[in-house]
Amino acid sequence: MSTATATDRFEAPVSSRGERLRKALIGTAPIFLVLLVLLVLISIENPNFYQEPTVFLAFLKRAAPLVILAAGQYFVIVAGEFDLSVGSLVTVVVVVAARLIDGDPGNTWPVIALLLAIGAAVGLVNGLITTRLRVPSFITTLGMLLILSGAVFLWTGGAPRGALADNFREIGRLGIEDFPVLEQLPYSVMIMLALGAGAIVLMRKAWGRRLMAVGDNEQAARLSGVRVENMRTVAFVLSGLSAAVAGILLGGFAGVSAQVGQGMEFEAITAVVLGGVALGGGRGTVLAAMAGALTLEALFTLLNLHGVSGALEDTVQGIIIIVAVAFASYRLRGTR
Amino acid sequence: MSVHESQAAPPAPPAERRRASAWANVRTAVRNSPATPVYAALVGVFVIAWIVVTIDGGTFLTVDNIVGMLQRSVALGIVSAGQTVVILAGSLDLSVSYVISLSSLLAAETMDGQTANMVPAILAVLLLGVIVGLGNGLVITKLRVNAFIATLGTGLIIKGYMDDRYDGPAGAIPDTFEELGYRRFGVIPLSVFLLALVVAVIYLLLRYTRFGFRLYAVGGDEEVSRLSGVRTHRTIIAAHVVCSICAVLTGLFLASRLGSGTPTVGQDGGYDLESIAAVVLGGTALAGGRGGVLGTIGGVFILAVLDNTFNQLEVNAFLKDVVRGAVIILAVAVYARRGGTGARAA
Repeated sequence: MSTATATDRFEAPVSSRGERLRKALIGTAPIFLVLLVLLVLISIENPNFYQEPTVFLAFLKRAAPLVILAAGQYFVIVAGEFDLSVGSLVTVVVVVAARLIDGDPGNTWPVIALLLAIGAAVGLVNGLITTRLRVPSFITTLGMLLILSGAVFLWTGGAPRGALADNFREIGRLGIEDFPVLEQLPYSVMIMLALGAGAIVLMRKAWGRRLMAVGDNEQAARLSGVRVENMRTVAFVLSGLSAAVAGILLGGFAGVSAQVGQGMEFEAITAVVLGGVALGGGRGTVLAAMAGALTLEALFTLLNLHGVSGALEDTVQGIIIIVAVAFASYRLRGTR
Repeated sequence: MSVHESQAAPPAPPAERRRASAWANVRTAVRNSPATPVYAALVGVFVIAWIVVTIDGGTFLTVDNIVGMLQRSVALGIVSAGQTVVILAGSLDLSVSYVISLSSLLAAETMDGQTANMVPAILAVLLLGVIVGLGNGLVITKLRVNAFIATLGTGLIIKGYMDDRYDGPAGAIPDTFEELGYRRFGVIPLSVFLLALVVAVIYLLLRYTRFGFRLYAVGGDEEVSRLSGVRTHRTIIAAHVVCSICAVLTGLFLASRLGSGTPTVGQDGGYDLESIAAVVLGGTALAGGRGGVLGTIGGVFILAVLDNTFNQLEVNAFLKDVVRGAVIILAVAVYARRGGTGARAA
């Protein structure tokens, strides 16, 4: 980063590794507890869930796009902003991929590079408009949502056209075959783990501490020499990139449709908030945000197993997020 | 600013003094009003639209066309008026589009085609508005859930309920009630009067009542107004009740236009994000405490003029979205430059 002047100021206070681990566990424990309970409930309904690694891996594969999206959204939220444009960005990625690849495997890799560039560019524009023109991010990304969904269908004439090549779809669908014990290690799960680990490392570095400081107290961070605008802009770029990756995985997994990303911005925000990350910034860990996404996906799986219709899923999701946030703010009472 | 006055001594209403000074300083009020640049922009957009449409060979400045634009502003106008109230309080409401759909269903099913059932149906729908508003307000204040999440959650709960119970339009609106959507007095549709009434009530509420002063105070700084003796929780809850009542009124109006209740009418109109966009386009700060309902209506009219122009030019529906998104961002960027306030959304 270019903000080298303040590199060391937000380094974690010196403490033993065990102490840090203990603190991290306490901070993120509730969401893992909920996740564990949900996974146990799923296993009771469907014993295959823990007996057959493939079933569990299929669950992770389904969850991977949302987990990646939640990690991206986390950066923006922890810096005190929103990104409502990620859902339509996912749709853009899938639709653009289908049109440009048009079934030709040779086009796959250049197009993937282009898609990542689109994601980063959209994030950059979001970030610049929010920080330089001082438009609230809610409005910036809402406008971006309209622009993206309008533009992509303007370009394709109203409905998705073209087709994804097989090697593009494999990223979201297949994995390394004949993997010991697991039978198949899906690429999407590997990508999820790699990006997740990257996000955790990033947040533990000085950069992450500064980002947290920007969301917690913008003024204090600025006075300490943090370039607040740059930090936030980079957070938006990361969110855009994560949406591009999520779109690439979803395109292979779920196929090309005009609705593929619909509502995903709210799902991602819900996941992050479920993980105990405070809207308004400065609180919560990226690990918990990703666990929030897994929890949301586990909840959907459980509801499916119970035969709850897709419709009531929304009702349950609504109740859960209100309860989760109420619980989180109850715990925070007095500390804030 | 009303903020300081309402903080000073809650038992003694400063309304008298305010009213006198407000009438005396109309000119300063206009100059300082956050609505003024909005209407300047509206006039600008209107003139440009007029020129463009005329060059294209269409007709813009006719009574029919202008009345048409007014009528199309009714639904969004009423929701946005309510949305203004919650945003001024520093909150926001993402559940309105689902509340609109649910109230259209409730109205149509309760009426069931019988004129005699109109009054109970309207009462039931208003009660729905009060309940949802109370629910939103209580969750936000007492459970301390961020308004974004609380109202998103309420919206999802209502959406799930509707998706589960309804496959399509339900109930029937009696002819008498369809008058609300179709009756005209001379050239002016009855529904435009409904919009004017809602806006007038909210304008008076914001400008001349203690609730209005407290709303601006709470939106400006909740902690300071709480320490000054304002019951901030009650103010926020009341704001949400007003907003939800506006949403159910929109539902009633849309039901009377469509002749039945429809589970998707709210989401199809995108009234949640659209109303927030109209409020912000109208110069009200998303962080709360600054703005007003007149600006919001200006914002709604700007969107209506854009819409009408695009329709006349037969612009592609997707290009419409692109331009609309760009206009919203651009407008708020201009306000931010003028106002010079922070750009925090949460």
